[in-house]
Formats: sequence, C-alpha cells, structure tokens
Amino acid sequence: MTDSRTVGQSDCSRRAFFGLVAGVLQSDSQTVRQSVDSLPGTGPSGKLWDPSRAGRPFDPVIAADNDAAIQAIEKQIHCTCGCNLDVYTCRTTDFTCGTSPAMHRRVVALAAQGRTAQQILDAFVQQHGVSILMAPPKRGFNLAGYFVPSLLIVAAGVVLTLVLRRWSRAAQPAAPGTNAADVPASPAELERLRRELDRLSG
Amino acid sequence: MTVLGGLCLWLAFLVGVWGALAGFVGGWQGRRDLQQSARHAVFALCAALFVAVAALEWALFHHDFNVEYVAAYTSRNLPIFYTWSALYAGQKGSLLFWATVLSLFGSLAMLLTARRHHALLPYVAGVVCTVATFFISVMLFGQANPFHRLAYTPLDGNGLNPQLQNPGMVFHPPMLYLGYISITIPFAFAMAALLSKRLDADWLVAIRKWTLLSWLFLSIGICLGMWWAYVELGWGGYWAWDPVENASLLPWLTMTAFLHSVMIQEKRGMLKKWNLALIIGSWLLSIFGTFITRSGVISSVHSFTQSNVGYFFLFFLIAAATVSFAVYAKRLPLLEAEARLESMVSREASFLFNNLLFVGIAFSVLWGTLFPILSELVQGTKVTVGPPFFNQVNIPLGLALLGLTGIGPLIAWRRASISNLQRQFAVPVTVGVFTALVLLVGGMRDGYAVMAIALGGFVAATVVQEFARGARARHRQYGEGYAVALGRLLARNRRRYGGYIVHTGIVILFIAFAGMAFKTETEATLRPGESAVLKSPYGWSYTFTHLGVSQYDALNRQVTAATLEIARNGKRLGVLTTEKRQHVDGFGRPTFQPSTEVGIRSDVREDLYVVLAGLVNGTEQAVFRFTINPLVWWVWYGGMIVALGGLIVMWPGGGSPAVKRTQAGYAVRLVGEP
Repeated sequence: MTDSRTVGQSDCSRRAFFGLVAGVLQSDSQTVRQSVDSLPGTGPSGKLWDPSRAGRPFDPVIAADNDAAIQAIEKQIHCTCGCNLDVYTCRTTDFTCGTSPAMHRRVVALAAQGRTAQQILDAFVQQHGVSILMAPPKRGFNLAGYFVPSLLIVAAGVVLTLVLRRWSRAAQPAAPGTNAADVPASPAELERLRRELDRLSG
Repeated sequence: MTVLGGLCLWLAFLVGVWGALAGFVGGWQGRRDLQQSARHAVFALCAALFVAVAALEWALFHHDFNVEYVAAYTSRNLPIFYTWSALYAGQKGSLLFWATVLSLFGSLAMLLTARRHHALLPYVAGVVCTVATFFISVMLFGQANPFHRLAYTPLDGNGLNPQLQNPGMVFHPPMLYLGYISITIPFAFAMAALLSKRLDADWLVAIRKWTLLSWLFLSIGICLGMWWAYVELGWGGYWAWDPVENASLLPWLTMTAFLHSVMIQEKRGMLKKWNLALIIGSWLLSIFGTFITRSGVISSVHSFTQSNVGYFFLFFLIAAATVSFAVYAKRLPLLEAEARLESMVSREASFLFNNLLFVGIAFSVLWGTLFPILSELVQGTKVTVGPPFFNQVNIPLGLALLGLTGIGPLIAWRRASISNLQRQFAVPVTVGVFTALVLLVGGMRDGYAVMAIALGGFVAATVVQEFARGARARHRQYGEGYAVALGRLLARNRRRYGGYIVHTGIVILFIAFAGMAFKTETEATLRPGESAVLKSPYGWSYTFTHLGVSQYDALNRQVTAATLEIARNGKRLGVLTTEKRQHVDGFGRPTFQPSTEVGIRSDVREDLYVVLAGLVNGTEQAVFRFTINPLVWWVWYGGMIVALGGLIVMWPGGGSPAVKRTQAGYAVRLVGEP
C-alpha cells in the first residue's frame, strides 16, 4: 500500500510534520472505529477477505494448551528460536515462531505418555543440554550462581556491622565526657538541640 | 549533505583528539591557553556532531536509499514520526546520537559551571572529548559509519521493525540514552577532582546535580521501556530480566546508592572513597551496558545486530576501568574521612546498609547476567539464566531494601535515642503490621506479595508521618493553614521532601509488582458470537465475546482486527480491539513478519490484556489469549511519581543543608563534634 502523503516526499516542513503526526494518531483512532462492524451472532462470519495478512493459520486451542501443569513445565524450558523467552511465553507472544509450538506439542505428547514434570524436563535436557532450562539446575558450579551474591552480601553485611561497631565504640567515650562540662546545657537541652539540627538539615 | 555529514564526523574526531590532549595537558601544566582551547573544542565537537545528525536526518527524510543506514531502517511509507526516530533505531545512528548528546551535555557543563568549577573544567573537557572521540572512532574505524553508501540505490528501504513503530519507542530510547550518556559528566567531574587533587566539597556539588539528572533520565527511560514492552511485545509483562534490561538497571542501582551515600559526605565528610567509587562504577556500568547491547556476547531480544564494535567497547571498558581505578587508587590518601560514625543506630549506619543492598542487588544482577559466560568458561556448558533465577535472588533483596526505605529516614543523624526510635517507629510499624494482618485475614497467601504490600504500608506511613509532622510544626510556628504549610514545607526542603515523594513512588511500584503475583490468563478459540469467561483475582468474572474480524489498509500496514465485547459480571463495559499487522513497503510488498497489537483495557485495579494469536483456516474463528494483570496502572503512576519526586529534588534553589546553614548566618557544632 502506498500513501500519497509520504511517497517520494521532500516536505519536511513543520506543518507537514505535524500534519502527518496527526495523520498517524488519527489512523490509530480510526482503527477502533472501523472495527466495530458486527454484533454478537449477527455480524459477518466465515472466510477472511485476505487470510495471508493475518499471519500463519492457527489450530484451535485444545485443553492441554490451558493446562496449568503443562504451562508450569513450559515456563521452565527455554525456547530455542533465539527469542530468550520460555516456551510458554514465546508460544503465546511471538505468533510467528514455529519453534515454541513444536516444543509445546512435544511437552503435551510426553505428558500424554504419563511422564512426570521432572521426566519431561529431563527429556529436554537430554536432547538439548542444560541450557534448555530457564534457570540452571542447583548443583555443582551452578550453586555458585545462586548463592554467591547472597553470601557476599551477608559477608559484607557482617563486616560492615563489625566495622561500624568498632567505630561507634571508639567514638562513645569521647562524646559525653570531654567538653560536656564546658557547655551550660542539660542533656535534655542538648538532645533537643540535636533534634532541631537534624530537622533543619533534613 | 551526507558528504558534509561524513566530513563532520572526521572533523569531530580530530577536534575530539585535540580537545582531550589540550584538556589534560592544560589542566596538568596550568596553561590557560590550552584550557581555553579544550573548552572551545567541546563546543566545536558539539557543533560538528550536530551537523552530522542534521545530515543523517536529511538523508532519512529525503529517502536517500543509497545510504545504507537509510535503506536498512526506513521506507518511503514510514510515518514521518518514526522516520525521525530511525536516527537511533540502528547501531550506527545510535552511536552518532550518543556522541552528539554527550558533546551537548559536555557543552552545557562548560557553560553552566564555567565560574564555579573553573579549576576542574579542563579535565572535564578532556574526559568528555576522550569518550566522545571513542564513540566517533567506533563509527569511523569499526565499520559503523552511518553515512556509508551502497553500490546501488534500492527503490525502497526495508522499513522500520514494526515493534519499533510505537510512540513508546520514540521516547524510550532517547530517555535511556540521555541517562546513560549524562553519567559521563559526573564521571568527568570525579576524574577531574582526582586528577587536579581538588577533593574538597566543590566537586561533590557538581557531581550530585549531574548524577541526579542522569538518574532522572534513566528512571524515566526504564519506565518508558517497561511501558513499551507491555503494550507492544504482547507477552503480558513489563520486565523479563533480559540482559539489556539488566544493563539499564545496573547504573540506576549504583547511582541511587550514590544519591543516598552522598548525603553522608555532605553532612559528615565521610564516605568520600566510596562515593567516588560509586560514580566511577556507575559510568563503567553504563559502558558495560552499551557493550552488552552491541556486542552480541549475551543473547538478548533487544540487541543490535552483531558486529565487531563489541571489541571496541570491550577494549574501551577495560582501558577506562584500569585508568580510572589507577588514578583513584593513587588519590586514596587524600580521601580520608573527616568524621567517624558514632552509633550503630544512626541514619548514617542505615544509609550504609541501604548502600550495601543497592550495590548487592547490582552485583547479583550483574552476576546473573554474566553467569552464562562464566559457566561456559568454568564447566564448558552454557546455561540459561532467566526470570526464575533473578526472581529467586533479587526479590528478597528488594524487599529488604524496601524496608530500609522506611527505616532510614526515621533514624536520627549521629545517634538515635530509644525515645526517638519509639516516637518515630510506633505509627509506621503499627500500619505495616496491621496491613499484613488484613491481607492474611483477607486470604492472601503469597508470602512475597504480603510482605511487599505490608512493607509498602510501613514506608508509606513513614512518609505521611514526616509530612504531617513538618506541616504541623509550620502550622504551630507560623500559623499557616495545613495546606499552605505542606506546600511551603515541600518548597523549602525540596531535597528532603522530594526524596520522600520518590519513596512514595517506589512503594507504589513495589505494590504494583506484587500485583503480578495474581496474574490470570487463558487461551480460547472463539467464533463470532462466542464468549470466553475469565475470573479476576478480585472475584468477579469477565466475559469476552468475539464480535468479528475486519481487514483494512492503514498508513504502511495491512490490518486484521478482531473486536471483542467485554462484560464484568454480566454488565457491559465496552469493546476492545486487538490486531495483526502486516507491514508493507511503498510498493505494497510485505516487509516484516506480521506483528501483533495488543488490546488493553486498563483501570486502577487491573488490566484486561487481549492478544489476537491467529485465525483458524483463514476464517473469523480466532485464537485469543486473555490475561488479567492486576495493578499494572500503578507501575506507570509509580514511575511518574518517582520522576516527579526526582524533579522536585533537583529543582534549583533548594540548596544543600550546609549551604543553607551558611546562608542562614550561623554555624553550630554539637558537643564533641570535631
């Protein structure tokens, strides 16, 4: 389809720019208006005018597609089409992908054979290696993946606590003793002053 | 015009090299002529790069398909709105955009801080020119010249990827780039302070303001990216822990840590080493993010086409990290703290733990992002690290951080007394516990969701308490009405109360994230007139009735639209349309695979998210995916509130507490304070 407003143009004036921005926005709003063209049970149904525009033909949804157990398994399997998504997300998102529907059919077939979730995952790992799993299995070096951040944070927290304790102990003797007698103020007044300063400085 | 653009790139390269040399040598030797020349070089660099950008836009708008970049990312029928954004849609154009914006920020730094930070500016100019020159050299020597011409001229271009033809993609990348790029300025000031040994409070003022600006841009960019992913990609979520998403989160986390710890340096003269390390780290992480996006070393849905520019970035990253930390290490003796922490129960201590968590989360995200490479190196097996891994590691850390968001502001500086703690914590803790009880009694059983909402209640109560106490104090002292007192409280303490507004936004975001734990979805095949029913987590039922499919032509696409009528508990709510779009070039030829446009109906409680998966055997019988996403609107509201709070904090005139005290004409030191 060509659009006379944008073909071979050299019209990048401000007016043309805003005119076309408005055109884009208007075309989107028209999308909504044009599409309300039939009512339930009364509107046209049957063949599409041009099926090729709607992407690849789809099979009707079957019960296994909505099976929570199947979905849970598919959410642990990495789609191999290069999308970086799990099989469930890919097959319900990228409707041009032919890989995730095939992997879905395999999961459904294995489940129909009575295999457990773990057995199905193992079958995929056997075929593709552990990279087929969305998260590495918790064994061997992979344990480092799971626990190094938490262990480091805990270790850093312990070190920080010890350092802070040492600093605060070192600071304690000096604070009340040295100059307090020089100041004609009671502890309550000093505390109030400190609060006011805190409030002032945010 | 494109010849001029190419020449300007070379000119910018030469000017950049000169600016870098003049800046460093001029600063080192104290030569005014070289310092002035470096400053002018930044302006000249900016002018040359702007001409190059204008030349590329000229080629894009004039459909000069002999230019490879124009042919690759535009077509004759591409709406002009997206023709403009094609500037940064591809690798080469985005490199030019990056260098140009960096030179613009550098020029602004030269103009806005010429008097105040004149001693630092030669080095700042040197750093800006070095980084900009690197980006230009990638274009010139890394086969990424946006003005490269083809041996022939195609009749039409490939057009822009349909997923990029979305208003979110017009605004999201520039915002993210602005965030990434502007981090170079605080980094440049940090390096200038280190190189010039001027490590007094002066550099801190400049760094803090620029970091706030970067943080604000990055926050907005990340939120816009989430919105784009949600409305355009069609998977029903907004964050997938993709490596490129992670790369944008990393500098945001470290900059947020800096914006907290810098307060300790301002007030107590502590944490100088840590703050400088955070700024250097943030900038290196921004370059790391660029490396990940452009190298293809880690697979990502967002990556640019793989090319050899990744090696340039890797080399630059290693060289920059080595030089930066070498200079940093050499100046460590000059960065001793002026005071020591006095108590474990103090705001300083809570900020330190807050920093620990921010940096810890950044580390865990970085660790997870790089773990596939590490695994391949160590055990020879590449593993996939997806959302299950990141959620497991980061959700508990995020909740701990949310708790500290409430705890930090309630604890006094220096040392908190028991009475102070009781007074500050009584109401917020009660609110948090009460919220948790209500949720548990109400039947919520998702542990993380309960904790997120209860902690959110606790933090929100701290914010309300702080505002209420401040307004009451003004009301008592000045006799102002509560509304006026609240307004003036905010206006006169922008940093503090703007920060509380940011905290409010974060609370809203966390609660919204918790809502996704109750996401519900189903797939259904419907003929016109047939319905599917989906139960909402709130208890009511939605009925989706398929009305029919229509096909029509729009600007640069052929549309197949399915319309559904929606009813809640039998009461009609309206209609919703979801589409398949086949994009075509100027001659009507299909350009990309058909893309999907999601139909979304939002309200404050939940989103109805409907996707037309496909049509059965070329008929109107359609396969739909229906999803109910609770609380998604609050993600966008939360993001807006965070941005608003950030704007209030950085709005000029508030001044730092130290400056305000000095301006007030008095200086007070507590007993025992050095």
